[in-house]
Formats: sequence, C-alpha cells, structure tokens
Amino acid sequence: MADRERDSVSGTETTGHEWDGLKELDTPLPRWWLYIFYASIVVAVVYWVLMPAWPIGNGYTKGVLGFSDRINVTADVGALRSARAPMYQRLANASASEIAADPELQEFARAAGESVFGDYCRTCHGAGGAGAPGYPVLADDVWIWGGSLADIEHTLRVGVRADHPDTRMSMMPAFGRDRLLTSQQVDDVTEYAISISAASSRLQPDRAAAARGEAIYQEQCAACHGATGAGDRSVGAPSLNDDLWLYGGSREEIRRQVEMGRGGVMPSWERRFDAGTLRALAYYVHEMGGGEPDAPPAPVTTPAATPEPAQNGQPNAPLR
Amino acid sequence: MAKVTLIDTKARANEHAIDARAVNSKEARALYKKREQIYPKLAHGFFRNLKWAAMIVLLGIYYVTPWLRWDRGDGRVDQAVLIDFEGRRFYFFFVELWPQEVYYITGLLILAAFAIFLSSALFGRVWCGYACPQTVWTDLYIYVERAIEGDRNARMKLDAASWSWRKAAKKIAKHAIWILIAAATGGAWVFYFGDAPTLFRNIFTGQADPVVYLFIGLLTLTTYALAGTMREQVCTYMCPWPRIQAAMIDKDALSVTYRGDRGEPRGPHKKGDSWEGRGDCIDCRQCVAVCPQGIDIRDGDQLECINCALCIDACDDVMKKVGRPLGLIAYDSYANLDRRKQGNPDRYKLIRPRTILYGVLMAVVAAFMIYGLATRQTLALNVIRDRSPPFVRLADGTVRNDYALKLINMTDRARRLQIEVEGPTGVHLLAPALVLDGEVVAEAHADSVMNVRIHVVAPANIGAGSHRLRFTIRDIASGDVAVSDSAFLAGSTP
Repeated sequence: MADRERDSVSGTETTGHEWDGLKELDTPLPRWWLYIFYASIVVAVVYWVLMPAWPIGNGYTKGVLGFSDRINVTADVGALRSARAPMYQRLANASASEIAADPELQEFARAAGESVFGDYCRTCHGAGGAGAPGYPVLADDVWIWGGSLADIEHTLRVGVRADHPDTRMSMMPAFGRDRLLTSQQVDDVTEYAISISAASSRLQPDRAAAARGEAIYQEQCAACHGATGAGDRSVGAPSLNDDLWLYGGSREEIRRQVEMGRGGVMPSWERRFDAGTLRALAYYVHEMGGGEPDAPPAPVTTPAATPEPAQNGQPNAPLR
Repeated sequence: MAKVTLIDTKARANEHAIDARAVNSKEARALYKKREQIYPKLAHGFFRNLKWAAMIVLLGIYYVTPWLRWDRGDGRVDQAVLIDFEGRRFYFFFVELWPQEVYYITGLLILAAFAIFLSSALFGRVWCGYACPQTVWTDLYIYVERAIEGDRNARMKLDAASWSWRKAAKKIAKHAIWILIAAATGGAWVFYFGDAPTLFRNIFTGQADPVVYLFIGLLTLTTYALAGTMREQVCTYMCPWPRIQAAMIDKDALSVTYRGDRGEPRGPHKKGDSWEGRGDCIDCRQCVAVCPQGIDIRDGDQLECINCALCIDACDDVMKKVGRPLGLIAYDSYANLDRRKQGNPDRYKLIRPRTILYGVLMAVVAAFMIYGLATRQTLALNVIRDRSPPFVRLADGTVRNDYALKLINMTDRARRLQIEVEGPTGVHLLAPALVLDGEVVAEAHADSVMNVRIHVVAPANIGAGSHRLRFTIRDIASGDVAVSDSAFLAGSTP
C-alpha cells in the first residue's frame, strides 16, 4: 500500500492496475456517505432492541417497545367502529322517509349499504343490483317478496330458502322432471303462461296449445301465481304478467322453468350484521330505483334471541 | 491625495495582500476542484440600493401577504390570499377559484413565462439579479454574515484563523440567525395554506398539524442550505435558467457588460500618468471582490453571471476616484460593442419586434384571463351515468337509466334549481323525493356541490342502443342555466 501511485490531477491513489495505458482511480467513499452508513448500522442495532425484529422458532423477538401492527390495527378498527356506532344506532331506528329527510343519515346509509353490498351481495346480484339469470335484479321494480324497506329488510334477515326458522320459503314443483305433467302438458302450460304475459307479442304463443294449457294452469299454477298470473308476494310467487323472467325469457327457458321448478337460495344475514347495517343495506337496495313506499308497519318477526352485534376480531365480522 | 496608491484606503492595501481572485472564472475551473468560498465585498451605489429596495419589497410581500384580511361575509374565509386544500378553494382577494378552474393558474404561469421572456429581451437576467428568491435570500444571508463577521477581508481572515472562542461565537451567532431566518421563511410559507392567525398560535402551542411542522422543517432546511451554504452553486449547477437565457437574449438586449473597447489594455495606473494609449481599466479587481458569483465580469458574458450589477457600482466608485468617466462596466448590448468598434454612436433599442411580440402576447393572455374571470360561471352541472346495470327494464316494459348529478353552486347563497331532461320522445325524470309542484327541484346549499341521484325513464319502444340526453339545471330565481350532455342506454328485448 505504501507506494501506490497518486494521480497528479485529483491527488487520489490509483488502483495500481493498468489496462492499455488506462489507470483507475481508487477514489475512497465520500466521508458523508460512509458516516451515514455507520450511523445506519447503529440505528439497525437499536431497532433490533426496540422493535420486533428476529424470528426465533415459532415466534420472534418482541422488542422492548412492544410495538405490534396487529394490535394497532385492531385498535384502529375498534375506534372506527365506536366512531360510527352512533350513526348505526340512529339508522337502526329510522324509517325510509326519516332517512330520506336527513341528508347526513342518507349519505351514511348509502355509503354503508354500498360497501356491505359490494362485499356480500354483489357476487350474485351484480354491481348496482344488475342481477343475473337465477339471481333477481334488485334495481328494477319487480319484487318477489315485496319491495318496501321493511319487506327488503325482512328478506335480508331471514333469507330465502335459508336455514333461518322463519325463512322466506316457496317451492315451485318440478312439473316435468317429477312427472306431474306430461311433456305435452308442460308445452301447453308454457304457451299459456306466455299468452298471459307481456311477452306474448314477442313470442307469439300457439293459441290452440295455450287454450289447452289454461285448464292445467288453473288447476296446477293459479293457487300461487293467481288466476290471472299476477303472482302473490305472500308466498313468493312471481308475477307472470310482465316480460321479466328470473330464469330467462326465451320460450325454451320459460318451458324449462315449468319443467324443473328451480328456486335459488339466499342466506339469512341476521346473524352476520347488526340492525344498523341491515337497515343501511335494505335502504341501499331500496334506493336502487325500484323501492316501494312502506306499507303500514308490517309485523317484523324479531326472534327473541336477537344476536348481539358482531364483536371485534371475529373472523367473519364485516369491517364496517 | 499625495499618495500614489490607487485608492488610498487601508482596505485597498489589504485587498492587494489577499488578492481578489475570481474563483469561478474559466481559468480557475477544474474538474476535481472543491468549491472555494466566495467573500463578496459590500458595494455602494445605485444598483446596491436598488437591490436593497427590491429585497425589502419582495420579502415584505412574502411575509405580509398571508396576514392581509378580506371580508367575504359571515362565516366565510377572511384571509386575502389562501390556498385551502381542505376546503378545495383558492382565494385571492376578490377571486375565489374551485379546483376545476385551475386553468386560471395556467394563464398566470403563461403570463409569468412571457414576463420573464420580455424582461430578458430588454434587460437580460434581471430576474436572476434582483427578484429570484435564491438571490434575495442569499443577499439577506450575506447581509447577516457581513454584520457579524465583517466585510470581505475580515471574513477571509476569520476563516483563515485558527479556532478561538471569538471565532466560535461569531460562527454560532451567524448560523443561529440564519436558522431563525430560515424557520421564519418556512413559517411564513405554511400561512398561505391555512388561517394565518390561528396557525401562528397553534404552531407555538404545539397544536398544529404534524404536516405543518414537516413543511416548516423542510423549508427551514432548504432555505438554510440554499441561501447559507450553497449560494452561487444553485445558480450555476442546479438552475436551468442560465442554460435557457442564451435563447432569450439577443444582441440588443441589455446586460451587465464590461466595455472592453474602453477598458483595454488594462493595467495599474499611477496618479499623474497619462491615460493616452491605454484603457480605463486599472485592474484593481474591485469588480471581482464584490461579485457574489466569484467571476470576473471582464471575461465577458458568462453562465455564472446573474447580472446583479454590483460590479457596476464597484467600478463606478473606482472611476470616480481616478477621474475617468463612469460606466466602464454598465448595462450595455453586444450591438453597441460592435457599433463602437465601427466608430458609430451607441443606440439603445428597447422596442424591437421580439419585445413587441412578447408585449402583445402578454396583453392577449391577460385579456383572456380578465374576460374569463369577468364572465365566470357560478353554476355548473356534472352528470355521471351509472354503468352497472347499464339499463333496467321495468315491469310495464319501460326502460330506466340511473344518473348521479353533481349540482355545483359557486355562490354564497342557497339556490333552488329546477332539473330538466331533454331526449327522445317520452323520456322523463323520475325523482319522487325531489318533486315540487310537478317540477323536479333541488335545493343546492351555498358554496357547495350537491349530489342528486336521479332516474330517467323511457318508453318501451325506445329502441336498442345509445340515445342522446341533455340535462339542464335552472336557477329559478336568477335564471342561470348549466347544461350537461349524457346518454341513455337501452337493450333489445329479452
């Protein structure tokens, strides 16, 4: 090291190598950089002592400050919940018109409803309640079980064909599959159903077949769907007069429904959400465009054992 | 003045002893060179006084502006100039801008660009020399330095001396005052973004937002570093303007010039000697001693020169003493250098095609801005179509689309707005909550954006595809109208 050559211009040592007449400066690290590097090493050691740092077996060194992101997040979520609790409380006791009259509450209900809908409902019912074959459109004005705020909320609470004791329950027989009707009869009753619907101009039903089907309809279907096909919300029988079809509006799809009698399942959400969240969700769906005014207060069946609002930290609790 | 020294002061003798080197001159530049400290000497004269005046005015504007009040009515912001990020408003005296009106700022920036082009075409780098914050704060910092450590020679001696209590005390005092100025600079900056009196109190009671302290700290650091320790390096290495100026300056533009035709050949001059056959420059290097950029103006126009004109003051002082005409260094143009070479008289052409063009362009931009501000709309409408579902078919066969309307009321009073829609035959609004006497009416609060969800229903025979739709809001009281176009989508039958 003693006789390394010094460059005359910069006064810096060279590396001592030479390639085709080129020499390389052995410029030392800038002092400021070096000191920052040393300081970083010191900071790292201090960090190991203060903060969670080293993995040991199944655990890790906790650090003397006891810092934990998990605890902080739980605390933050808890703080958020308690900050929003009064609004949920107000929401739980508000009617549709009361919500609409209070811009703050309305904004809150909309935002909370949209958030929960996006997490739990959108998968089947589609963004904005667009629906999908077999999953009802929520944005339109056709309701199988009722479109008032109370009706929607009750459907949310008990579900449809769900495991709730009071669940909304309807069962259309599979007339074809279970041989309740012959294939010819299914054809005929399909033509009749088309003839009493708004689809008749579109699908041009076979008048003779429809006339044969009418008797079968009155015998087999009218009990639920009504003599004129207006449907009955109390038993969850959809109206057959419009041109909106849960399982598709082509002749084949309508016939297939008569044949198979399909019915979907919606879970009961009562145990999952507290009253405020359910009200927000119902309001959000109600406001999609097809919500109906509240009937005189319907007897909302509230089970004696209403579950407590979900506690913090439960894995299945929605983050509100 | 019997003595034969050029300037019979002790300082002058010392100057010679230390020698005023232009540390940033071309000859002194080297690739591996470390920065050499520059010790600008205090100049006296017209341009120094002009720079003091500019400093006082500019710093005054900077520090005082946030404290000016402007009455905008009850409960409204009363700060004259405020950039309110939280409330999303920009207040400038009688002007109040919303975020979507940022294009006024664009106009202001274009105006500023033309102003700097024009000033460069007329007087060279006057911005750099007098008005640039880097120049103003550096000047202020040098003022403090000079007040504590003395003028050029005293400072050079102090830096060369070994450490003593006296030296330490002076250095500590200087840096302490620098940091105070820096903190005041950062402190004043944050007042443009919040209510100054409230913020002032909160800063000292520790209640201000951490972001406020962060920005004060950041600007304290940059002010201290840029004006205290980096100085001319900012102009030479960091600022792009020295590179751009060449395109802005033509041969008629005035800039600080050493009149070589008059000054050369230079050389020491003894009192009583003839001035015949020699130039007026006595090579006293006073122009170098006062230069804050560490250059020799006699080398000609240089990238480092900020045209602060202090060398003009220094040289004029010397010219007075040796009894030669003033203005050996002066604001002059390349064209004049050429004219004098050919024996023609000087001509100052301030009105030239490019200065006229810059002036006209500024007037046009200013006129546009004034027109824009004078005819500013205070009612606006934004329509956002719900994209999912694209359309909804209803039980009676009609089709519905949903829209979110943003009713923007930029006035200080609440307004009653009637909402209308135009489109294909039979299209109508559906908003049961907003219907008043058969019309769809929304109450928009003062100075706010109101969100309205609205449905539009079209008859069953609307036909598949996209249809044009136009929403109109009308202030029932004043008749103001805002319009926004949108679309109505319908699908084919199921």
